[in-house]
Amino acid sequence: MSKINFLRPDKSNLYTFLYLGSFLFFISVLDVLLNSFFSLNITAFLPGFLSFLLPLILGFIGLYFIRIELSGIKQLDLLNKHINTNNFNAILSLLIIFIVLKSIPPIASWFFVDASFAGDSKDVCTGSGACWTYIKVWMRRFMYGMYPNGEQWRINLSFIALALLGSVGYFATDRFKKYLTLYYVVIYPFIAFLFIFFFISGGPVFFDFSYGIIAAILSIIIGFFIPSKFKFYYFLIVPLALYVLLKYFIFYEELVELGKLDGLNWVETGAWGGLSLTFIISFFCLIFCFPIGMAFALGRRSGFPLIRYISIGFIEFWRGVPLITVLFMSAVMFPMFLPADFFIDKLVRCIIAISLFEAAYVAEVIRGGLQALPRGQYEAAKSLGMGYWRMHIFVILPQALKLVIPGIANTFLALVKDTPLIFVVGLLEIVGMLNLAKTNPEWLGFAMEGYVFAAIIFWIICYAMSKYSYNLEQKYKTDR
Amino acid sequence: MNFKLKDIGPQLMTVIAVVLVFGFFTYNAQVNMESRGIDFGYGFLSQESSFDVQFSLIEYDGSHSYFRAYLVGLLNTILVSVIGIIFATVLGVIVGIARLSPNYLINKFAAFYVEFFRNIPLLLQIFFWYFAALRALPLPQDAEAMFGVSFLTIKGLYVPAFIWQNFNIFFYSVVAAIIAIIVIRIHAKKLQETQGKQTPVLLISIGLILILPLLSFLIGGVRLSFEVPVLKQLATTSFIYEGGVSLPPELIALALSLSLYTATFIAECVRAGIQGVGKGQKEAAASIGLTPNQVLKLVVMPQALRIIIPPTTNQYLNLTKNSSLAAAIAYPDLVLVFAGTALMQTGKAIEIVSITMFTYLSLSISISILMNWYNKKIAITEK
Repeated sequence: MSKINFLRPDKSNLYTFLYLGSFLFFISVLDVLLNSFFSLNITAFLPGFLSFLLPLILGFIGLYFIRIELSGIKQLDLLNKHINTNNFNAILSLLIIFIVLKSIPPIASWFFVDASFAGDSKDVCTGSGACWTYIKVWMRRFMYGMYPNGEQWRINLSFIALALLGSVGYFATDRFKKYLTLYYVVIYPFIAFLFIFFFISGGPVFFDFSYGIIAAILSIIIGFFIPSKFKFYYFLIVPLALYVLLKYFIFYEELVELGKLDGLNWVETGAWGGLSLTFIISFFCLIFCFPIGMAFALGRRSGFPLIRYISIGFIEFWRGVPLITVLFMSAVMFPMFLPADFFIDKLVRCIIAISLFEAAYVAEVIRGGLQALPRGQYEAAKSLGMGYWRMHIFVILPQALKLVIPGIANTFLALVKDTPLIFVVGLLEIVGMLNLAKTNPEWLGFAMEGYVFAAIIFWIICYAMSKYSYNLEQKYKTDR
Repeated sequence: MNFKLKDIGPQLMTVIAVVLVFGFFTYNAQVNMESRGIDFGYGFLSQESSFDVQFSLIEYDGSHSYFRAYLVGLLNTILVSVIGIIFATVLGVIVGIARLSPNYLINKFAAFYVEFFRNIPLLLQIFFWYFAALRALPLPQDAEAMFGVSFLTIKGLYVPAFIWQNFNIFFYSVVAAIIAIIVIRIHAKKLQETQGKQTPVLLISIGLILILPLLSFLIGGVRLSFEVPVLKQLATTSFIYEGGVSLPPELIALALSLSLYTATFIAECVRAGIQGVGKGQKEAAASIGLTPNQVLKLVVMPQALRIIIPPTTNQYLNLTKNSSLAAAIAYPDLVLVFAGTALMQTGKAIEIVSITMFTYLSLSISISILMNWYNKKIAITEK
């Protein structure tokens, strides 16, 4: 056995250093562990300052001893490489281990051990932990807002149906695969719109807006079967005609009087709320902002100067203002710009405002993808005799959109995270409902539980979305 | 004739559509305002505002004009944005570098932080800090002093105030030091380019920035004293702190959540930037004999900054725009003071909302113009 120099651990005395170092490290971790889980202080005989720092010092010396390069022991080398490369890293690793150990007991006791789950009144919440009873009692309000309890099956049924219809893509056979784009872009939003307009609302919520949407979507669907020779004239006339037909002949207002259309009770949008409203708003904004954004991205790259400047103005305007002022505008300023007898529902105004706002961001993301494509793609498409639309639909956009999947996903995530802002116009989705419940005199003092609950829900939604976008990106990744 | 129509047709249709929409809106606005008896104009800005604002950087009370109220809101917005930007940058750079650390624990810790704070809506975070976390702070009478001079209580953070004498001399000395440093840097660069001599610029700069202000204390008659906040009893159970500077809890909650949230995005920008510098660059720099510090300073950072700065500026802009969420917790920023209170009092919806939007718009556009100029300046010029 060679001479031991404790300031310079080396390989010749490997096991001495290994046992000594591991022992010191173990002692330091044990001290913190006992301290945080059983509130025992085994170093209490030392002065307070030293007792506080002792685990760190012991652990540091221990890690210093076991930092032996090329020791020949696989696990030790891995450990050194990952958490123990130098003194600085060793201290940081120790600090993180200690912080995690220290924070587990209070968090666990607040969440589970001392928390109350049972019962349905405030009286059961006497412990020091969280009061999940509060969440349990208010669950319906957090999920459905002020929507009447007896009618909530309508929301559930709609969401389940839409989820099932949305998953059609996974089960489609090859024969139907080529129609999937048409299905998702045109038919599915239309079905969703009908569900929400007629089923959840049960009445004339949207008025003029809804006639416009139905007319537009119907005419697009029929438009696929019109020979391209007449398409221009078709789109010039038919949507307007359909709108007039719908408004004055088929669903004229007397017929759409409250509850007359079907047996469902009318629930005004002011009563919608909670998580379901978050979903409804995100869903519609997502559907609307994508085509609008794509149009403005193409407009910004257009060869016509006037169209280009209008697009630039539109994009830069929406990107330059905060969403909250846009919602303010939709709430107080927008009604001034419409004829006095023209009624647009608060929720619809919100959806329009958020869609336009996010469309500007989508436009910039898509423009990034369009710019990233090499010129050769455009030239090749043109040399095949393709026109502007044919070139973009079949050659440019599929490649550009593939490139910008992460950017689009980020924009959609931002959209979902922006939905709580609708409190500005008085609509209460889940965060708004939390603030309302917080001020209920019977349930004062449970703000923390509510926010933690909402944070967990949002975190799951957003994390799932970002992981899904990552998968999508990997799936469509092609080497060029 | 035909090819011209093909060019002009779509443009003309777009312009007509835009003009029609705007014309429709303007016409309706006129009709509506006439029927409601509202007149359009910005004259109200000079009228007496007659409402109070809780927290303001400039002197303000109800007898001042609406324009003054606008300035109060704007300054408060800028204040919280600047605080948020500073903290978010520091935290973001640290976390971004930690994400690249070879240390497994640090790496995962940073990743956890980013994934955690990025996926929770900012508004929810603001509510959490303001309504749940900061409400757990002690009352003024129970607060323990931090470093003996500042107090963190449920009513806000109280820190000592600086009281300067002859502040302008101190200010001029700092300005003089900065100018001297810039001159020396330019000179040192020239010296190195022509003669290859290296000057210890960093040491000289640190010396200058320390010595000149110190001289202003010794010779210039600058005096600095502190005013420590003192607990004062208003009634039997009501206490406040007097003296010093008080930061309201709204400001703390807002700055905290803004910086925690934005730092996650800045961290990702920093990480992408440093990863974007090719490995070959570092190896090449090391192979010509640069020390690790020189490699970082002269080779990696200039290239990484080129990637980092544009998206980071975007995040700064986002932070500034997000600071408008202040309205939700009643921090008197531009949106709350002007688009909230002032709008309620005057009823001038179009004027006030348009001024507010225009303010944010000009802020964003001026910064993005600056950014474009900077991008052009640092872009790699290929020879």
